[in-house]
Amino acid sequence: MKEEKPPVESLATDRRKVLKGTAAILASGIFPAIHAEEKIVLRYLGTAVNQDKKIAEKFKADTGIEIQYVAVTTDDVTKRAVTAPNSFDLIDTEYFSLKKIVPTGNLLGIDTKRIKNADKITTLFTKGEVAGKKVGDQGTAPKKVMYLDKPDSKTFSATPTQYMTLIPTVYNADTLGIRPDLIKRPINSWAELLNPEFKGKAAILNIPSIGIMDAAMVVEAKGIYKYPDKGNMTKAEIDLTIKTLIEAKKAGQFRALWKDFNESVNLMASGEVVIQSMWSPAVTAVRTKGIACTFQPLKEGYRAWAAGFGVPKSVTGKKADGVYEFINWFLDGWAGAYLNRQGYYSAVLDTAKAKMEAYEWAYWMEGKAAAQDIKSPNGDLLAKAGSIRDGGSYETRMGGIACWNAVMDENEYMVKKWNEFVAA
Amino acid sequence: MTTQQNTQNSVAPLRISAGWQATPYSMVFLLFFLIPLGLILMVSFWEFNEYEMIPTFTWHSYISIFEGCTQLNEYGDTCVTLKTYGSTIRISLIVWFITLILGFSVAYFLAFCVRTTAMQTMLFVLCTVPFWTSNVIRMISWIPLLGRNGLVNQSLVGMGLVDQPVEWLLFSEFSVVLAFVHLYTMFMIVPIFNSMMRIDRSLIEAATDNGATAWQTLWSVIIPLSRTGIIIGSIFVITIVMGDFVTIGVMGGQQIASVGKIIQVQTSFLQFPLAAANAVILLLVVLMIIWGLTRLVDIRKEL
Repeated sequence: MKEEKPPVESLATDRRKVLKGTAAILASGIFPAIHAEEKIVLRYLGTAVNQDKKIAEKFKADTGIEIQYVAVTTDDVTKRAVTAPNSFDLIDTEYFSLKKIVPTGNLLGIDTKRIKNADKITTLFTKGEVAGKKVGDQGTAPKKVMYLDKPDSKTFSATPTQYMTLIPTVYNADTLGIRPDLIKRPINSWAELLNPEFKGKAAILNIPSIGIMDAAMVVEAKGIYKYPDKGNMTKAEIDLTIKTLIEAKKAGQFRALWKDFNESVNLMASGEVVIQSMWSPAVTAVRTKGIACTFQPLKEGYRAWAAGFGVPKSVTGKKADGVYEFINWFLDGWAGAYLNRQGYYSAVLDTAKAKMEAYEWAYWMEGKAAAQDIKSPNGDLLAKAGSIRDGGSYETRMGGIACWNAVMDENEYMVKKWNEFVAA
Repeated sequence: MTTQQNTQNSVAPLRISAGWQATPYSMVFLLFFLIPLGLILMVSFWEFNEYEMIPTFTWHSYISIFEGCTQLNEYGDTCVTLKTYGSTIRISLIVWFITLILGFSVAYFLAFCVRTTAMQTMLFVLCTVPFWTSNVIRMISWIPLLGRNGLVNQSLVGMGLVDQPVEWLLFSEFSVVLAFVHLYTMFMIVPIFNSMMRIDRSLIEAATDNGATAWQTLWSVIIPLSRTGIIIGSIFVITIVMGDFVTIGVMGGQQIASVGKIIQVQTSFLQFPLAAANAVILLLVVLMIIWGLTRLVDIRKEL
């Protein structure tokens, strides 16, 4: 016993020394910066998926401004923005939520003159175009809710102005996730989600505003009906869509519905489900477990979503400067490259490209075979050399957008009918 | 007699000081229960749109909840509301019945078959094991057990009892009930055990001496005397299950409707008046069930 003690003690002192050392390094590196411009802490409201610790750390190291993450679910971000606008300094929300938030006047339009890279924001947001070609704009396409006439305007401007509602952060195009090892044949249409072949092995997500869009893609793919605007259905169209879902449910098509990102990962990884609506990072999560999972491109196109930074009107003075500094920093490349490496897309592509290796850019953005192993920002292996990203290049993927996540005019009716589907 | 007189004499000052002593709790009750409840009731009569609530007085939310409930729909089902309440009540009753039988048996065993207090305490602690891990982890761990490729199915297929994995083990009413029973039997055991421990053992001896069989003793002596515990346990289990949305969601694969789930969906879509109206209706239904139960036994008197 006695002989064992000294090493333990020295280990403890060692640890203490290390801690002290780290503290000293941290202090010497950051303290002057904080001291110079007072300590600013920005409360960043958003979903956990976008709130990466490394981004906050890097920003603090670069500018001395601290980011305090407030992580809630997508629906709760909207709820907080509407009901408690003083509880955050910066909001990261989806574009479709704007239809609920902007009429409350809780957000202030962002002055693009203060955003260095504002004119470089991808045309997908400003014009609804990818590489000069128009993409699908059914639903709440960002270009419809991108601009305000005045900073405190409660309605959207149809044409580009100086004031943006949100500065885009991440966006992507969602499709079905499949287990190729269990399906063993090519899948190329949304209609397969309700194919009786996968009876009891399919899942759809239980977030009504997104689930209904996936269902609408299926209805169109099956040739049952062609919607004038999937993102804004009439009551009759909602009835029809839900009816299709209810019939499938009664026939035992769905193994489960999921609401949480992790649920979808579990369903897929355990083999309970072989085809389901899915999000890109969930597919990555299944793959990092060593299980085959494909984010399958489909001929009818993708359902896209986009999120961005907004500034609440309660933020003024030094804090407002800090918020603008963060947004400028975010568009400056480091964060963009970080997000691109996770399989999302960043708002300003040029600056992100400058911070990525050529082989990474070729794999993630140009749809080329990986010249060497592709790793996530955490160092996990995502794809071996030679593999190609699902869905190909940025132009092919984002050019294939069919519709956007949306809030419909008949939202109350839609939610009610969706509950009917869940109860059926 | 003297003690009775004493208490009678000191009644007046006692009341006042008792009132003061109850103040903190009354304030908590008022602040965190009665006022919020009043607000919920108020909001349930408001109008709303996509982003705000409009103070007014309308039955809109209640009408909307019961819309279409007068006839069957095209699939021969009742409306969502009735169907949801139906399935919620059905699950509550099944869970109540199973937890009652299980809880009663376990409590009986603990109270009458285990001789030493030390052993009783130990076994009692053992009953709390399900509460040692988080609710979510407990529920998620059912999946590798009951899933299509789970342990149970692998064993069944391996033993040649079934050809295909049994699908209804998971994401079904069965798994929901299983999880509830696993979680809430404890709430039945505790009050029943408590009542049983207070039964005078000489009553049981007397019953035996008078020639009653074990079954007769159970039915005519023990059950009537543990009635309070049974009712309290029942109230716990029924109110918890009626309001649940997490367990039904996870274990039912989000495919089984529950009132709690509907309220949650409505609040997340900022439809607060609808959610409030649903909450009021749920509260009334639960209160009615409890009122029915308390008809069977006057809890305040028995305690």
